[in-house]
Amino acid sequence: MSVECAIRHSFGAFALDVEFGVEHRGITALFGPSGAGKTTVTNAIAGLFRPHEGRIVLDGETVFDSTSGRFVRPQSRGAVAVFQDARLFPHMTVKQNLFFGWRRAKNRVALSEVERVFDLLGIGALLQRRPAKLSGGEKSRVALGRALLASPRLLLLDEPLAALDAQRKAEIMPYLERLRDDANIPMIYVTHSLDEVTRLADHLIVMQQGRIGAQGSVFDLLPRLEFETLGREGAYGAVLRATVSQHRSDGLSMLGFDGGTLAIPKISRPVGTKLRVRLRAEDIMLARDEPKAISANNILPAIVDDVRADGPSHADVRLRCGNTRLVARITQSSVARLGIAPGQHLYAVIKSVIVDPQRGRETDD
Amino acid sequence: MLTPAESQALLLSLKVSLVAVAFALPFAVLGALLLARARFPGKPLVDGLLHLPLVLPPVVMGYLLLLVFGTRAPIGAWLLHDLGLRLAFDWKGAALAAAIITFPFQLRAIRLSLESMDKGLSEAAATLGAGPLDRLLNVTFPLALPGILVGLVTAFSASLGEFGAIITFVSNIPGETQTLPLAIYSAIQSPGGEVEAARLSLLSIVLALIGLTVAEFAGRRLRERYR
Repeated sequence: MSVECAIRHSFGAFALDVEFGVEHRGITALFGPSGAGKTTVTNAIAGLFRPHEGRIVLDGETVFDSTSGRFVRPQSRGAVAVFQDARLFPHMTVKQNLFFGWRRAKNRVALSEVERVFDLLGIGALLQRRPAKLSGGEKSRVALGRALLASPRLLLLDEPLAALDAQRKAEIMPYLERLRDDANIPMIYVTHSLDEVTRLADHLIVMQQGRIGAQGSVFDLLPRLEFETLGREGAYGAVLRATVSQHRSDGLSMLGFDGGTLAIPKISRPVGTKLRVRLRAEDIMLARDEPKAISANNILPAIVDDVRADGPSHADVRLRCGNTRLVARITQSSVARLGIAPGQHLYAVIKSVIVDPQRGRETDD
Repeated sequence: MLTPAESQALLLSLKVSLVAVAFALPFAVLGALLLARARFPGKPLVDGLLHLPLVLPPVVMGYLLLLVFGTRAPIGAWLLHDLGLRLAFDWKGAALAAAIITFPFQLRAIRLSLESMDKGLSEAAATLGAGPLDRLLNVTFPLALPGILVGLVTAFSASLGEFGAIITFVSNIPGETQTLPLAIYSAIQSPGGEVEAARLSLLSIVLALIGLTVAEFAGRRLRERYR
């Protein structure tokens, strides 16, 4: 499955002009502040909105082409949308909602697969209820299930967590992670939350004012983007792929990544498990000489790529640890004091390593 | 409790109103869809025309119906001779008059519920593979049900009270076209009919109250189910 999308549209003063391709299964985050045009893009892909100009190709099939006038209607595109407000049909039971798309699908998934989706999302016990009697988190899960059972070629998730409070978000996040790892369906995930990007996305497209600012693999791209661009969120930092390499008797588990090893408090996952690890920019200190007497467990030798001022007092220092990119957010005063400059060898002192609760993907891509 | 003449007027009123709302419903749904969903030139004019029965004097409507459907009018004659359908001086004519007069009540109620409906549900249905007719039948109409119901009950109640168009078009024939309001009118006109007029009026009031209660109850049940 692949998606090619090149569209242009103007709404008065606001001009939308984007071009991107998605070649992967897994999650591609369409990230940007509200008003950047993210939802317009997903609506265009779903067929709910017809842009002035452009071309959209899903899996080799041209579903929209302004030059030839081709426009495939949403019901025939196989691009199923999950909206922020869940949009469950209030006059149907949860079960009727779940099977709405399934009954209309050309290639219906087998009932055993249906059971698996129910298990995956934990919705088996809700079937006889009406949407009005569900909590916000349950609604989101049912909406996801309804979309999955429709045999989508592509899932469009439009801020599926934005309407939920922090607790509900935490409740849904593991389901989305499982979906990303288990479902063989590409997903375009619209969000303005950097936290969701760092936890969920494999691929990242940054949108600003109707245009694409940057795109690439999350692992590669995130540390290269500016704090400012990413909405000044605490989640700013690097995401890396790591593998559990050893459980030590001193209560630490070792995670190997392309550029070194990280020690973290013991986790229960077996050796060989692949994980997503997040290193926030604010959790990295820099030292010119290797610190010896220090409580931090992780001190990685790194090379400075570049230094960029960020606001009046801070600077983002981009680092390279083997083939892995990291970013540290320190004060400009520290940059001057340590004389940090591109090419310099430093030690990155990692104050905290965030390991996502779910297992990472089993495959490499 | 009721005299034979009274029950005759009551049953005829119910029959005329039932047929009237049932006949007008599909047109009201189509009209509401047209006004709520479609964009076309001359829409304000169509909007005005569809609401005309609301503001036109019923007598004028009755007169227009005579012009079109009278036994010697072209359409009326054709219906009578070729299809055997008699409207003038017949209860079916009374139902047609009531249907046209109360059509805007249904139209407005259905249109309002269509316009206030979340377009997003229909969009969600579309990305899940439902085509336009499918969405209309399985999402839009079920959700518009409370509005349709309110429209039906309002139109039914208004039908029960229709006087001017019926008496002009189909006259006041006991047992054939004499509905409750016409019977009340006749009673008032005849000497010593005051008691009869009062009894029939009381009957009308009870009927109206039942209609309103049923509409309120059914509407609340539906809304509770959806919310």
